[in-house]
Amino acid sequence: MNWISNYVRPKINSLFSRREVPENLWTKCPECGTMLFHRELAGNLNVCSSCDHHMAINPRDRFTSLFDGGIFTEVKVPEPPADPLHFRDQKKYPDRLKAAQKASGEREAMLVAEGEIGRTPIVAAAQDFSFMAGSMGLYVGNAILAGAERAVKLKRPFVLFSAAGGARMQEGILSLMQMPRTTVAVQLLKEAGLPYVVVLTHPTTGGVTASYAMLGDVQIAEPNALIGFAGARVIEQTIREKLPEGFQRAEYLLDHGMLDRVTHRKSMREELITILRMLMGLSPAVKGDLPPPGDLAVAADAK
Amino acid sequence: MNYLDFEKPLAEIEGKAEELRALARANPAMDISKEAEALDRKSDSLLKDLYKSLTPWQKCQVARHPDRPHTRDYIEGLFAEFTPLAGDRGFADDHAVMGGLARFNDQPVVVIGHEKGHDTKSRIERNFGMARPEGYRKAVRLMDMADRFNLPVITLIDTPGAYPGKGAEERGQAEAIARSTAKCLEIGVPLLSIVVGEGGSGGAVAFATANRIAMLEHSVYSVISPEGCASILWKDAEKMREAAEALRLTAQDLQKLGVIDRIIKEPMGGAQRGRKETVEAVGKAIEAMLAEMAGKKRAEILKDRRQKFLAMGAKGLAA
Repeated sequence: MNWISNYVRPKINSLFSRREVPENLWTKCPECGTMLFHRELAGNLNVCSSCDHHMAINPRDRFTSLFDGGIFTEVKVPEPPADPLHFRDQKKYPDRLKAAQKASGEREAMLVAEGEIGRTPIVAAAQDFSFMAGSMGLYVGNAILAGAERAVKLKRPFVLFSAAGGARMQEGILSLMQMPRTTVAVQLLKEAGLPYVVVLTHPTTGGVTASYAMLGDVQIAEPNALIGFAGARVIEQTIREKLPEGFQRAEYLLDHGMLDRVTHRKSMREELITILRMLMGLSPAVKGDLPPPGDLAVAADAK
Repeated sequence: MNYLDFEKPLAEIEGKAEELRALARANPAMDISKEAEALDRKSDSLLKDLYKSLTPWQKCQVARHPDRPHTRDYIEGLFAEFTPLAGDRGFADDHAVMGGLARFNDQPVVVIGHEKGHDTKSRIERNFGMARPEGYRKAVRLMDMADRFNLPVITLIDTPGAYPGKGAEERGQAEAIARSTAKCLEIGVPLLSIVVGEGGSGGAVAFATANRIAMLEHSVYSVISPEGCASILWKDAEKMREAAEALRLTAQDLQKLGVIDRIIKEPMGGAQRGRKETVEAVGKAIEAMLAEMAGKKRAEILKDRRQKFLAMGAKGLAA
């Protein structure tokens, strides 16, 4: 120990720590491997600027980039009974739920909101795949019902962005019963003469595809989104043959007549405005003087 | 008799009794009646013990037992003038789904059910009761017809699940299931379902979104097979016993959860040991459920079904 170590070292340390690069500034595209700077990636709606791969976008960011001025109001979702089966696998279900809540900062796997897109009032719901694989349990069932009921009350169209591995196993038969339950929600919209548009995002499979996500008046998917009922691995084991390239991807489904459109995320908002305004019998959207949607690059800076 | 793995001790005793009787047939002078009766008593009490408290996994095994009555047997035993109606008018006729017009106690009805088959040839033909999109689309067609002609619909549920195949996916398996579930909710005639074996996930819901749902005592109804659940959550398909326990897939648990309305008692030792009695018991249940729905107007029937499914999940198991 001498005066140098006592005096200099703290200063150098603080210099280094200030320049330390936060780990999350760069994201590697899982498709093409390009390193993408977070601000650019967010500004591009989480679409890789190099290969157009559509990465996941959380419901809040999705809504910010969808609604005029990035402004939306959350629709309250009634709280379901917690852990109805007292389910326990290697972990307790409430522990898995808490971990997912902590990691995402969200209550559950679906967010419902109302607002305007291109001055067209809508109600929208978005599923969050990062939250327990977006799985449909009682909460997601409640969310879809709350969204549909709100849309009926306000006489607005309902837009749903799906992303899920299927039903939530930890809620057993009660999650399975959300298939007919959410189907009732779709029927409420139908009876009220309101459009129900589904945007299928990567991935949407299992009981979610086999209920509300396939019952839209218009079915749109994001490019290359995996959409299906059974998992590819299960199918390969069952039929004992290799599945073709692009199997269960959005473009493949479009070819097989299961979708209306495959639309790039950056064009989605405009397309929804166009379709919804026609279905609602409204005049064409006025272009030019509309409040722009929220800018995710600005939001990323704020974070 | 096909014995399940947990019935092994029973198989031994019944085998011994059979040997003894064979021996007596060969030597008429021998008197074995006392020993044989003792063995019978022993096997009876063992059977009672085994079936008194089946574990959820054992119930899955019983529900899948190849000797249980299947849809074909119920149709033969309970319905007159069964007239099968085939095809989805788009692609094919799915042999995993039986459906058609029939009379139940003289009353014309539409009956639809998954059929698993009873021997190798028929199992392959029936695709082990795993329906393809055409099966669900055929059901939608039949439900529509029932609605137009004011006929009650009776569905028999017995499927491991919808078929996970390449063609099935290409032709819209998910969409077909979703439309069938939606159709169940749209018809203004009574829809009654009985889970007679396996209620496998979405493939079962597509037919079982009914006004009244009954389950045989040892049948199961689940969001995923215990093996599937075990391989995902335990990362080990061999943990199916634990998964079956956690999933609450027995008729008894489903009644507690408010998902089903009635449990149909099976003969001692399961439906496979008393096929005729089981078929009759199911007939009685259909009769009772039809009576509950009798005289209800279309609007009431629709509302009854919708309310039932809107309430699903309002109630969990007691703490």
